Parts: sequence; structure tokens; C-alpha cells
Amino acid sequence: MTEALLSPRDWDAHPPYIHPPYGSTARRGPTQALIPMREQMRNLKAPVYGSEDLGPLDHDLTRNAVKNGIPLGERIIVTGRVLDERQRPIANTLVEVWQANAAGRYVHKADTHDAPLDPNFLGAGRCLTDSEGRYCFLTVKPGAYPWANHPNAWRPNHIHFSLFGEYFGSRLVTQMYFPGDPLLAHDPIFQGTPAQSRDRMISRLSLDVTQAGYALGYEFDIILRGAHATPMER
Amino acid sequence: MTLKQTPSQTVGPYFAYGLCPDQYRYEMTSLFDVSPISANTPGERITVIGQILDGDGIAIGDALVEVLQADHEGRYLTTRNAISEARMQGFCRIGTGTDPQHRFILHTIKPGKSAPDSAPHLNLIVMMRGMLLHAFTRIYFDDEAPANQGDAVLNSVPEKRRTTLVARRQPGHGPAVYHFTLHMQGEQETVFFDL
Repeated sequence: MTEALLSPRDWDAHPPYIHPPYGSTARRGPTQALIPMREQMRNLKAPVYGSEDLGPLDHDLTRNAVKNGIPLGERIIVTGRVLDERQRPIANTLVEVWQANAAGRYVHKADTHDAPLDPNFLGAGRCLTDSEGRYCFLTVKPGAYPWANHPNAWRPNHIHFSLFGEYFGSRLVTQMYFPGDPLLAHDPIFQGTPAQSRDRMISRLSLDVTQAGYALGYEFDIILRGAHATPMER
Repeated sequence: MTLKQTPSQTVGPYFAYGLCPDQYRYEMTSLFDVSPISANTPGERITVIGQILDGDGIAIGDALVEVLQADHEGRYLTTRNAISEARMQGFCRIGTGTDPQHRFILHTIKPGKSAPDSAPHLNLIVMMRGMLLHAFTRIYFDDEAPANQGDAVLNSVPEKRRTTLVARRQPGHGPAVYHFTLHMQGEQETVFFDL
């Protein structure tokens, strides 16, 4: 007899809790080994939400915070599929994003970077995937910005992503980067991830997604933990 | 062909306007409230006052806690119907950045036992700047000692570390108030699970 269980976290894919070049991990990351949760516990489901919770412009960051004009910056389309490791599309799953504006400034009150806020851009969006696991956002390309990790530290352009998937354990918070960004080589957050898995966080430019005369298109597929069949413990 | 998991990255310091905008008063509607219950949810009302300390014992003011819990009869709510019947969402998000002491204050109901070998507990996901991937933990209650002794997950934890998962009830009358300190590091480092 078999029972579907959430596949384990792939520790070759994810960064460690403590990665010294990213300074604030040193006093915040757990140091003791994680305690394995019994397999049956992995089947706890993700929270419930639905399309009725979302507004019609939630996926369109170029329009969802407009006050008196359109946001400045390079308009882009960001789309992709949310799949599990067996290539099964994860439908109706929530994708939440947040990002800096085109000047590299976050709306967040704690961001004191001396770059202008954009009165017409909040930088937050969300949508549900369709039946094929596809999501789509319209936004502007986020700017690079300095941070205090080390002298002359700059974050590469990135968009934050938050997903649940089907299970409590399939939760993923990640960042999407852009192809060819020279700052990736110098970013301890990106570099904190095992070398063989870093490319999975870089979107690809797609002329198929690009809308002629309107916006460049980037594709970014996201692979979450999903159910796999395993012999039931007795 | 098998696909490989997308790596985790830190939630960073600026998640609030995207993930919990109402709590931080940004111009966006939160999808999830700061409490997993509603005004008329059946069950025993409790408050859990939590704090997350870094390796230097300093309260962390840019962390995000997500809580998933069962209803008062121990049922996890996995459908819209179940949520309507239980009159609670069963899930919430709280950032530690709006309280002057960087606490998270959770107003909820005591969950029921979700299985014969499971004591009442809250499931937590903890994330923050300085963590490249989130951590799973649980909150149990110190006034549920007999149930805790029979809890399979607690029993899988080395005995001397079990207390790191147990909230302490504040003495006194009236609705129960529990205190829970999450230690990211140090001698009392909280147990985190590989879920």
C-alpha cells in the first residue's frame, strides 16, 4: 500500500542557514541540526485562499498603485509555471511578489536608500496560477541598490517571490534574478546557494513572451516540493 | 524527468508591504490577517506573546511568523466549507516590526488534538532577513502536560530540548496568556524541524 507524501527538502538545492559572507546569517541562523519530522506530518496542507480574495489589478504592478500617472522604468512581463518535481503543474496556487522600484528603492519605511520613491508604484503584487500552473505579472524592472553587508555591496536586480504550493511544507520564499547581471557574481545571497542550483533562480529573456512595442518578457519557472508515492510506514 | 527544487532565498527586510501590508499600514489589502480566528470562532480564547531572539539575545524586529493551526476540535481546515463551518481561517501572518518590543502577539483559540498521539500545538514558519531559508517549528502549551507527554513529535526531540517548544502560561485568572521565546541560537536554541 502506498500513500502520497510530500517529497523531502532537497538540501543540495537550498542554501545553508549560516553563510558567513552574508553577515547577518551568523547570529540568526539555527546552529543545531534540524529534527526530522515524522513522514506522516508532511501531509499538512497549505492554507486555503481563493480567487475571490484577489483584486482585478493585483497582478499588474504598473497599475495597482497608480496615483497620478504611470510608474517610471522599463516595463516587463514576468511569467512562468509552478510545477512540482514530477513536472506536475500546481494550479490555483498563490504567487506573491514584492520588489524595489526602477530606481532601486523599496516602499518599505525601513529602506533609507537615497533613491526616489515613485508615487505610482508600490511594488507588490499577487496572483493565482491557472490550470497549467502558469502565473503572470506586469511590472517594471527593479533597480539595483546598495546594502550594508560589506563595503560597496549592491544587490543585483531581483523580484521577491512567495509561494505555498499544496502543502504547509512546500512553502518557498525565493528571489528571481535577471540573466547576465554582473552583480550576481558579487552577491552573497545569490552565491550562498549551492553552485549547481543557482541558475534555477535566474529568469530567461523570452521573445515569445515579449509584447512588441510594449514590454520585454521574462520567463521564470518555479519548482516546489510535491507529493510522491512512498511505501506507507507500518 | 525529475525537476529540481527552486532554491530558497531570504525574505529580506522589506517584505511587509507585500506579505502583511495591513499590519504595517501600507496601501494594499492583506490576504491573511494577523489572527487565524474570527470574532465568533468557537473554542477557548488564548493569547500567545512571542519574541524571536538572535544569537546575541536581541529581539528581532524584521521577522515574519506564519501560523497554521487546527480548530478547537483538532481539525485542519483544508476547504472553504471547513473554514466557514469552523468560523476561522486557521492561518495567519504576523511581522515583528510593529510592536515596540518586537513581539508577535497572537490572538487565537487553543487548537484541539489533531491525532491521538498529538498534543495541542501551533505550526510555525519563521523567516527573516539573515535567513536564507525559512524554519519550521511548533508551539506547545505547558498546561497540557499529559498530552505533551504522549506527543509523538515532542517525543522525537531530545528531552532536554523539548522545553524550547513549550509556551508558558502566565499565572492569573481570566483568558489564558502564554509566553514563548524563540531562540535562534545559543544554549536554549529552539528546536527546528526538517518538515
